[in-house]
Amino acid sequence: MLRSLVVTGALGLLLAGGLWAKSLGDTAPDFTRTDFTGKPVHLAGYRGKLVLLNFWASWCGPCLEEMPLLSAWQRTYGAAGLQVIGVSMDDAAAAAKRLLARQPVDYPVVLGDAKLGETYGGVLGLPLTFLIDRRGHIVARYRGEADLAQIEAQIRSLLAESR
Amino acid sequence: MSTRTNTAFMTCIWILACAATPAMAEHKPAASIPAADLIQPADFAAALKQSNTLKPLILQVGFRNAYAQAHIPDAEYVGAAGDENGLKTLQKRVAKLPTDSAIVIYCGCCPWSRCPNIAAAYDALHDLGFNNVKVLEFADDFGTNWVDKGYPTTNGT
Repeated sequence: MLRSLVVTGALGLLLAGGLWAKSLGDTAPDFTRTDFTGKPVHLAGYRGKLVLLNFWASWCGPCLEEMPLLSAWQRTYGAAGLQVIGVSMDDAAAAAKRLLARQPVDYPVVLGDAKLGETYGGVLGLPLTFLIDRRGHIVARYRGEADLAQIEAQIRSLLAESR
Repeated sequence: MSTRTNTAFMTCIWILACAATPAMAEHKPAASIPAADLIQPADFAAALKQSNTLKPLILQVGFRNAYAQAHIPDAEYVGAAGDENGLKTLQKRVAKLPTDSAIVIYCGCCPWSRCPNIAAAYDALHDLGFNNVKVLEFADDFGTNWVDKGYPTTNGT
């Protein structure tokens, strides 16, 4: 009962905030890619964790501004079950790698492409962030310059209710 | 330090860092484009429906990954005008056109005020003497202000 109230309330908050909710409840499309350190990243392999999937690019100012905070969330909430995954939508890996060399992050980053973007309903504007619950379902989608305090509140709520 | 205090502290640091990061706005802002040369998505979508009007040359001056997923029908990809290579491609594409050619450019990669490409493309065309250039104004991004509105799109490279 309490769990469903928390989830309903959180979804209500998101919708009230005008967020695009087309894919809420869907199973997050799976993918396997190699990250920029050479390690495999298999989304379904993170079942049991709350995943924050962040689409970004090196040319996207708002993306670069929020990445340090995503790193901080990984450090702060990682032990509680949060896993941040970055997907660079740069047209080439080199630009993303250069950016990450200047601005490292504490989570895996893979190179995305149009095909991966299409499986997520189209990545046609950045930044774009999904929250995927421990069962692999999309529970939130934030597009554009999102309210990061709201995302963090949602992370706390989902980590608490799914312990 | 508790988790909540720690993250609140990090949030404060983030806000301060953003306020002190003017380097993010290295590109010329889209707001520099004269309002008279802007066209709204709804108006352009309506214009595209009219078969009796001469279609302008439509150029996407953003990123290939976005273009490949969805773009306006007949729009040509010329590359990110905020990048030197993209700018050269744009200049090359229009080099042989008369300067009174009707051209519509758009990007929509990110929020209008943060777009690194659109003002660079507009300025380049203006500098080449083009005097019939319109700029599609996507307040949020191409997905929100065009695709989600149901306006026509196609995909592929």
